[in-house]
Amino acid sequence: MPFTAKPRTFNAAINETVLGTGAKAVTLGGQNVLPLYFFDNTPKNAPAVGIEITDTGYDATGLPALAAFYDGAATPAERAKKAASAEGVSFVCLRFEGADPGGLNKSIADCVAVAKDVLNAIDVPLVVAGCKNIEKDAELFSAVAEVCQGKNVLFLSAREEDYKTVGASVGLAYGQKVGAESAVDINLAKQLNVVMTQLGVSAQSIVMNLGAAAAGYGFEYVASTLDRVKAAALEQNDTMLQMPVMTPVSVETWSVKEAIMAEADMPEWGSQEERGIRMETVTASACLASGAESVILRHPASVKTIAAMIAALL
Amino acid sequence: MALKGLDIFKLTPKTNCKDCGNPTCMAFAMKVAQGAVSIDKCPHMSADALAKLSEATEPPMKTISIGEHKLGGETVMLRHEKTLVNKNLFSLYVCADMADADIDAKIAEAVKVDYERISERMYVETIFVNVEETQTADRGIAVAKKAAATGRDLILRCTKPELAKEIAAAVPVKVLVGANASNYEALNAVATEKGLVLGVSGKDLGELHDTIEKLEAAGNKNLIIYLGGTSIKEAFAAAVQIRRAALKDEDRTFGYPAIVNLERLAPGDDNLQASLASLFTLRYGSILVMGRMTYADALPLYGLRQNIFTDPQKPMKVEPGIYPINGAGENAVCAVTVDFALTYFVVSGEMERSGVPVNLLISDAGGYSVLTSWAAGKFSAGSIAKFIEEQQIESKIKSRTLILPGKVAVLKGEVEAKLPGWNIVVGPNEAIQLVRFLKDYK
Ligand code: B12
Ligand code: SF4
Repeated sequence: MPFTAKPRTFNAAINETVLGTGAKAVTLGGQNVLPLYFFDNTPKNAPAVGIEITDTGYDATGLPALAAFYDGAATPAERAKKAASAEGVSFVCLRFEGADPGGLNKSIADCVAVAKDVLNAIDVPLVVAGCKNIEKDAELFSAVAEVCQGKNVLFLSAREEDYKTVGASVGLAYGQKVGAESAVDINLAKQLNVVMTQLGVSAQSIVMNLGAAAAGYGFEYVASTLDRVKAAALEQNDTMLQMPVMTPVSVETWSVKEAIMAEADMPEWGSQEERGIRMETVTASACLASGAESVILRHPASVKTIAAMIAALL
Repeated sequence: MALKGLDIFKLTPKTNCKDCGNPTCMAFAMKVAQGAVSIDKCPHMSADALAKLSEATEPPMKTISIGEHKLGGETVMLRHEKTLVNKNLFSLYVCADMADADIDAKIAEAVKVDYERISERMYVETIFVNVEETQTADRGIAVAKKAAATGRDLILRCTKPELAKEIAAAVPVKVLVGANASNYEALNAVATEKGLVLGVSGKDLGELHDTIEKLEAAGNKNLIIYLGGTSIKEAFAAAVQIRRAALKDEDRTFGYPAIVNLERLAPGDDNLQASLASLFTLRYGSILVMGRMTYADALPLYGLRQNIFTDPQKPMKVEPGIYPINGAGENAVCAVTVDFALTYFVVSGEMERSGVPVNLLISDAGGYSVLTSWAAGKFSAGSIAKFIEEQQIESKIKSRTLILPGKVAVLKGEVEAKLPGWNIVVGPNEAIQLVRFLKDYK
């Protein structure tokens, strides 16, 4: 019997969500095929790769290429500018590490000033990530969302604990995009989307952050959760799981042993920077294959590689 | 896919003779379809009908053995639907056209990667030796011998039957890749004579399907599909469409595992090859051929593979109890953690590296990580205190110092309240920081 491939498209599709404005705006989602199966249907929007910077800057010990890349960039705005120019970048993610009350505890006013400078320094969309402290993040997101009005900025994230305040300010009052963050669990993800839309945030303004783990560190749960989310969205037309997914990969991968062990302490493992990049790209690739519409990476070499892989699959 | 009762009924003699213990052939067929009785309970089935049945009840994807490894045999597209059974293998690419020094260096680099992670040996299981038609048999044999000397299983790619035959006669090859629409008969003869798995390719999926049908008709079902010299997009499309055809559309011709040659798809680009290896680990590559294998590649890729090929129904747990590390005796400090196999592996590894004797207490936390079990209420001050009591730690160990994982620092006060007389110390967040922490603490 001769073989004819049967393209598999669905009657449902992932929501299209726009980040940023102008020529470099990025649209996430839109596809009615399983992740990366662009042979089943021509892609509407390519998966997007973001580059992460922090307000405090990276400790680039053991990472000479990363240090060289940001060499001479003293302020967050200067780093953002360099980051935005890296090959393959679709958006910049600014993470407010310094806002953490348990750390530098920078004031909201300081953070707002940094956000403004960064926004002015780049022409690609901006994603803002907090410091993981619920109270501080809610305050920070609201203040930053206010000064970024009209710029379609995405905030990571609204959680079960603070979705009401974050959703109301970021999503409703200031018309920005809201990241809905849940803990690697399809039911929790859906529940958060339900309550967020009940609050009045439009489904098209929500991007899901389902959490992540580095390759080898419980990634099977990440893969299976993403697999199930995509099956629910496309096969069962579950509108509460059709939001595009953004996975912050870098924060997970740059904290595991494989990425942070100095070469001097483990000579047989070879270059630390190479290990860190591979851990980041391998994890990112697995996230995209399972169902992330976008990933956030730290190293410019990782961004370049993942963007090249996506381009080769389109 | 299981046959429906009606399909089986059509194959029975339809005489209702009751020899099988059933009132009618139809009743018998229904039971067979449910798997309640086996087909051989009817003594009157024709040989032809039995052959049709055995073909129809064959698993959708064949299991192919390469040395001691098994490939394929999958029944679901995604792990959460049931489980994935046979993990993919990795392979190092060498080519007879390469300079000897380069081949030696590549092989030496790759065989250095050999370690254990959560009871699994992580190493390059196979070496892929490419011998072009223009090469001599002597050269092919010399290179294949270099690869064979590693003890890893050998995959030979050679499209020229005489050449392949000479090499396979001189070196122990396990897989012979190279069959295509024009040479399959002669190459099939070489493979079957030597009992090798035969790798098949085609210029497109139609031609590939055709060639596999012909090989199967010739009696060879010990096959593997080879996805080489196409584009990345085509190779990915092919891997998915082949698996989908086999498992979803019951097209058994495509029920074979696939070799994906990443060195051909992204020549010399190590970063891109590793990313693609990740993609094909999740989506239907059974042997991934890489231009290099370093620790940088292996650590994330083997970790990912280990995760993906775990059975979703079985949490990876270790037995709760006292685990003395570095010869810890009754005076060594205690540290507590959870019974998730990965956590145990990471934490015990770092403790061993520190050289400091520690009594590692593994409490029953449902097989979850520290934060997951804490969030689920399975790792708490109460559960830790209960564990210490039940295991009679206080009579077995004299030390009264207990190190908590940094991620659950919030538990300190409660644990102190529940364990009077103990000195509760908050350890670092990440296991990797344990080496310094324990050395300083001591
Ligand atoms: C995979 C995963 C799951 C899997 C479980 C996997 C498993 N077997 O544990 C599933 C999907 C089942 C799951 C479920 C839940 N999860 Co979960 N999960 C994760 C995830 C992605 C990875 C966990 C992992 O495997 N880590 C790797 C192991 C090795 O880490 P570890 O055990 O902590 O060990 C490290 C350190 O703690 C340290 N260490 C360990 N022991 C010791 C001992 C000493 C003495 C010292 C010093 C150090 C030390 O060393 C290790 C390496 O550095 C994390 C997010 C993340 N990226 O971490 C969330 C996460 C842990 N989960 C979370 C939550 C909330 C849940 C749920 C409660 C959600 C829900 N409401 O259903 C459930 C709970 C389960 C239940 N209801 O029964 C949260 C916890 C939030 C918090 N801070 O409290 C996290 C952090 C995600 C998040 N950002 O929200 N989860
Ligand atoms: S033994 Fe065979 S022929 Fe006789 S009733 Fe049973 S199925 Fe029918």
